[in-house]
Amino acid sequence: MWYYEKKLQYPVRVGICNPRMAKFLIEQYGGADGELAAALRYLNQRYTIPSRVMGLLNDIGTEEFAHLEMIATMVYKLTKDATPEQLKEAGLGEHYVDHGKSVYYHNAAGQKFDMGVQSKGDPIADLYEDIAAEEKARSTYQWIINISDDPQINDSLGFLREREIVHSQRFREAVELLKEEQSKKRVF
Amino acid sequence: MSTSRKWYIPYVSPYDPCPPLGPISYETPVQLYLGFQPQGMEQFSPFEALAHGTLWPGLFTPYTNPYLSKRGELNTDG
Amino acid sequence: MDEPTQVPDSYYSDLKALQAVDFTLVELTLYLDTHPNDLEALKQFNSTAKKSAELRDGFEARYGPLRQFGHSLSAYPWQWKDTPWPWQV
Ligand SMILES: [Fe+2]
Repeated sequence: MWYYEKKLQYPVRVGICNPRMAKFLIEQYGGADGELAAALRYLNQRYTIPSRVMGLLNDIGTEEFAHLEMIATMVYKLTKDATPEQLKEAGLGEHYVDHGKSVYYHNAAGQKFDMGVQSKGDPIADLYEDIAAEEKARSTYQWIINISDDPQINDSLGFLREREIVHSQRFREAVELLKEEQSKKRVF
Repeated sequence: MSTSRKWYIPYVSPYDPCPPLGPISYETPVQLYLGFQPQGMEQFSPFEALAHGTLWPGLFTPYTNPYLSKRGELNTDG
Repeated sequence: MDEPTQVPDSYYSDLKALQAVDFTLVELTLYLDTHPNDLEALKQFNSTAKKSAELRDGFEARYGPLRQFGHSLSAYPWQWKDTPWPWQV
């Protein structure tokens, strides 16, 4: 089971009242390479991955939910005080008509979150996909940083981008662990 | 120490509709080079670690908007 | 209508101190998942976990419970449901 902790993993500050940023950030909320997709992918794969790396998938999957919450916090703060007129100007008119001010699992182009998060049941295929997922999430953060004019949002995005680097590193190590010859297996 | 940003120059046609943007960058962060993390790597303090998004300076690869940086220094394969 | 009271400035710095220590624990957890035999990292994990528990106790005494489902105690009346929630501060 899971326990909630009443704090964010990293402090989120939004410096500029620019609801347009919310439209871009939502990509990491309900986009194909976003935090929700990552969390669901790893937590789903953990059942059929070799025992050695089960814990890693479990823990990275759990951390992704903390990242999802950080993104939602940014989106919420950027839209909660916007008038419908301001949302319209920010390109969020359609979002407002369908969802009000609710955050919603869709991408920056308004496409609904795709539950078809892949899991192949082959440890190497799954881990290589996970490495790719981390690199894709890292690039999305780069594209958002490039398009953002808010240094405080970029500070949080920089943290999240670095987390993708560390996750990618750990998944690469997981592949190495699974490649190890059984006879040379380290003693526990 | 490896660099974490590389550049290349795309082909420019005289018939391109827009002026060329110049060299294009892409990122090659540290996890591409590190291999299995060795034990005992130098660490940040807890506050520094939080600020950097990792406990280890050896895993930290900062990022800045490449469109704002100068495009002069090229490490290109053209 | 009463405006809900805001947290004091100290909330932010105290929270950050806890976030810093807990982040070290996240990093060490993922690291130990792939380096289970690194004894130094393991010792650091255990001592950092103690440090985190101390900081958490102090934080909860000042600002209310952090953990759900019985992992934090509550004063009367029930404090868990109180604002602000993390996305509001
Ligand atoms: Fe990740």
